[in-house]
Amino acid sequence: MKSNYIYIFIMAGVSYAIRVLPLTLIRKRIKNRFLQSFLYYVPYVTLAVMTFPAILHATRSQISGMLALAAGVAAAWLGADLFKVAILCCGVVLAAEIFLLA
Amino acid sequence: MEQKSIGGTESLKRVFAEGMRDGVPIGMGYLAVSFSLGIAARNAGLTPFQSFLASLLCNASAGEYAGFTSIAAHAAFLEIALVTLIANARYLLMSCAMSQRMRPGISVWHRLFMAFDITDELFGIAIARPGYLNPYYTYGAVLTAAPCWAFGTALGTIAGNLLPEQLVSAFGVALYGMFLAIIIPPGKKNPVVAGLVILCFGASFAASKLPVVSQWSEGTRTILLTVLLASGAAILFPRKMEENP
Repeated sequence: MKSNYIYIFIMAGVSYAIRVLPLTLIRKRIKNRFLQSFLYYVPYVTLAVMTFPAILHATRSQISGMLALAAGVAAAWLGADLFKVAILCCGVVLAAEIFLLA
Repeated sequence: MEQKSIGGTESLKRVFAEGMRDGVPIGMGYLAVSFSLGIAARNAGLTPFQSFLASLLCNASAGEYAGFTSIAAHAAFLEIALVTLIANARYLLMSCAMSQRMRPGISVWHRLFMAFDITDELFGIAIARPGYLNPYYTYGAVLTAAPCWAFGTALGTIAGNLLPEQLVSAFGVALYGMFLAIIIPPGKKNPVVAGLVILCFGASFAASKLPVVSQWSEGTRTILLTVLLASGAAILFPRKMEENP
């Protein structure tokens, strides 16, 4: 019977190593234009890929997830900040599901 | 020295407070997500304290979930290390991206501490701010968000299904709302980013439906799509060198 603590410390060690090595070892500006562009695009791609279609499965109804997506995109486009967009999305789901799952 | 180069005490406090404020919606989303993660931890045989510890130290949704699944299967140590590596590989990319936005000469301690809680959300809000990354902004956000993550996991392990399901459902989209607030505004100024985001939605949807590819874990698909689409964008639309940071 392996100890859960050993598992947890392995997970923690790997998780931290992945995060800390690039940030501490890469001290210079990356001059390569491709790498620079690649790293610029990475966050947008990762977050976009993780948002859709996952948002449709985060809620009890795919329609409420879709509505939250539409509301969130519109609000973010119009300049609402992080907190407002997040709250709006939650509110839309809460309201939509009252009707959808009544 | 360090403080002077970042700004006076006043602006330090202000930036720290801004971080704490922006950490609130993240913490809320974390509570809901980590609650369900806590249930997975319980199924894997972890005690509430163990699931609390795992979340406090790992700070990863997909990575922890994959880890708990491996613990439940009594996997080999090497296997759980590899699973954690793959499920968290995107943080390696995020850490590289952050290294390009660090103020030159910043203390190594800031690098060590800032690395601890690089998550999709905390990375996103830090990178969305203009100029060099401010460590105190990150510390403020981590201080509000990280405890939510750890306590939420422990609560999930203890309480299972106590939270009403309409609230779980609503909380569940908080994270995605935050993602949208990060990826949509830059698209207004940069049409390449706008087009790329739409393409990503389409590609990610297709990958979730296609045979073979849809069988891969979400973490694997995210890594592959990220490398593929970000490379494509970098080749077709390279950035002008002076546009950084």
